[in-house]
Amino acid sequence: MTSVAPLEAPAVRALDAAPRRRPRNWLVRLAPMAPALLLLLVFFAGPMLWSVYTAFTNLALTGSSTVDFIGIDNFTRMARDPSFLHSLELTLIFVVGSAVIGQNTLGLLIALLLRGRSKVARAAVTGVVIAAWAVPETVAGFCWYAFLYRTGTLNALLGHFGIAQNWLYTTPMLAVIIANVWRGTAFSMLVYSAALSEVPPDLTEAAAVDGASGWQRLRHITLPLIRRAIVSNLMLITLQTLATFGLIYVMTGGGPGTASQTTPLYMYQQSFKFYQLGYGTAMALVLLVVGALFSVIYLRLIRLED
Amino acid sequence: MRRTFTIAALAAIALAGTAACSSGDNNNSGGSTSKTLTVAYQKFGAFIQMDDQMKKVKAAYEAAHPGYTVKLVPIEAAENDYYTKLSLMNRSPSTAPDVMYEDTFLVNTDIQAGFLAPIDEYLAKWPDWSQFSDTAKTAAKALDGKTYGVPMGTDTRALWYNKNLFTKAGLPVPWQPKNWNDVLAAARTIKAKLPGVTPLNVYSGKGAGEGATMQGFEMLLYGTNNTLYDDAAKKWVASSPGFLDSLNFVKTVYGDKLGPEPQDALNPNFGTSVSNELLPGGKLAIDLDGSWLSGTWLKSGAKPWPQWSTVLGQAAMPTQNGQAPGSTSMSGGWVLSVGSHAKNKQAAFDYVTLSLNKDNSQAYDIAASQIAERADVAADPAYLKSNPTLKFFTDLVQVTHFRPAYAEYPHVSDAIQVAMEAVMTGQMTPQRAAAAYNDQLKAAVGPDKVASGS
Repeated sequence: MTSVAPLEAPAVRALDAAPRRRPRNWLVRLAPMAPALLLLLVFFAGPMLWSVYTAFTNLALTGSSTVDFIGIDNFTRMARDPSFLHSLELTLIFVVGSAVIGQNTLGLLIALLLRGRSKVARAAVTGVVIAAWAVPETVAGFCWYAFLYRTGTLNALLGHFGIAQNWLYTTPMLAVIIANVWRGTAFSMLVYSAALSEVPPDLTEAAAVDGASGWQRLRHITLPLIRRAIVSNLMLITLQTLATFGLIYVMTGGGPGTASQTTPLYMYQQSFKFYQLGYGTAMALVLLVVGALFSVIYLRLIRLED
Repeated sequence: MRRTFTIAALAAIALAGTAACSSGDNNNSGGSTSKTLTVAYQKFGAFIQMDDQMKKVKAAYEAAHPGYTVKLVPIEAAENDYYTKLSLMNRSPSTAPDVMYEDTFLVNTDIQAGFLAPIDEYLAKWPDWSQFSDTAKTAAKALDGKTYGVPMGTDTRALWYNKNLFTKAGLPVPWQPKNWNDVLAAARTIKAKLPGVTPLNVYSGKGAGEGATMQGFEMLLYGTNNTLYDDAAKKWVASSPGFLDSLNFVKTVYGDKLGPEPQDALNPNFGTSVSNELLPGGKLAIDLDGSWLSGTWLKSGAKPWPQWSTVLGQAAMPTQNGQAPGSTSMSGGWVLSVGSHAKNKQAAFDYVTLSLNKDNSQAYDIAASQIAERADVAADPAYLKSNPTLKFFTDLVQVTHFRPAYAEYPHVSDAIQVAMEAVMTGQMTPQRAAAAYNDQLKAAVGPDKVASGS
């Protein structure tokens, strides 16, 4: 905030001295940005506006050569579509289970445990965790598929205890949640490591001298100090997880039945298997709203300003 | 002032640059200049015959038409994804292929979308068109009476069974079941006598996609007294007694463990493991599958297996209770179509006729184990000798059925897969799955286009 103040002063003075020159200055300043602005409009805002428009039409991939504006029909249809509501429910379970609880907590835990450890230990743990993150989504999905499948590694180990089964078939949601936690933890860990390094050690030391326990120091000093990082981490991983498609598609394809068909998978089915692009895009808009709701909740729960 | 000018000039240059980039892209990705032909087709898993064939035709076409370049676009995707990718290509004139490999079941849908060009005027000048049977000529004939593709070959479906396993289990060889119960009885005998062998495979569930609907469900349903679509009333048939019986058959196969494990059968790659591992490995006794299956085991196929013709036998799929005509089958097939955005439709059509002249049709039908659509190929001794199962599968054309290939069909097909999967996994009883199918059907095609099944 403070860095903005000195910049404002000359601008105000210039305005006083030559009020007429201001529009031209403004144009001149903007001119170099024009190409970038144009590209942004064409490739960023364009598709976004197009997809909003599409959500209110019956655009189809094939089967019809005309596109009609149908108002909010797609949205009323969604409200009555049990498969969609089921998929939304699974999406919420997936986001809360894998992002809010799994990724977030595990990432924070690893970051806390790594604080003040030797360089070797930090490098080893960080390396392993980040490797999981660096693996492409489909490869990660296939690794987990190979691990959990009926003839997979996990069953080769569990076979001795007689509880071998196709985990993707018996516990599909748990399987994709664990896989996503495995893959996404690195991101949260990095965010929290950076935030924790900003916590002044003298504060925690002072609290320790005053007799605060480890938990009390975490609860009353560390967590309040990194709350901004917590909010941004939660927002980012929620949006990422809401849109997760490849991992689930590779591991279970949304099956068995619709047991792991989250909204992105249902969206894919409607858009590309039934060719109903309009309906699929309308669901994407709903997902956007769900993401915004999550953000509002986070902001309400964690007050950023004192 | 001077600075303003410089900046404006720089901006103009930058803009011109971006414009140049984008127009350059268009030229490159378009590929559809009048001297370049784009040919899109599927290449996936064990299905490599089309790719081989198109490479040969490309060379021949470029030699015969100097100055022309053929750009092959093999789309490496499973069936469902192939349709999607082809539709996406077709949506933009700059990426739309000139010639495409098109499933007959999507022809009507794609015509409605305006992707395909009618080729009647070119066909009229093509002497070879008279070699195609009347049924073949209607394969890509749309509701508007125009023709939109030249058939490459057709297929039928039946039961493949392993003679060695049958002998071991004490079952008669050759085998021809008279009704559904005979099929299930044989499967039960195999299960009792040969542990470790999957007795009977009926494709089911969303993993197998259209294969589950056609090789699985429709092979059952069209053997009952009901169908999916009432041609006379032009309405879809809501779940009928035959529909329920077919679901009950699926329930028996998977519920009584006569079929593969549902978790295996639901794997999208299950079809490939049937043809590449289970059948050649003697792990599967009876397989309800397509006439093209042996293409995988030819020398040119993905999994050469010279003994297949002595090990495997074929039996027609019986009707439910043996009612006339005693057996049933389903037929599909693929055509080559000219895209509506093709700049030079004559050149595109020339590519189609070169691909499907007698020699090339014959080579493809033999390699891909297709049932010939051309009379001269069907009569050729080399073709008849090429595959010992050809006569068997060609004869099934007499009892075969076609899918109601309307724009709503993909939706209906998916609703069937959902019902099958719910039954095979035990999530729903056949009654509940049939009721859910009714709801889905009404939502997909509109309640006024559904007739009650009886």
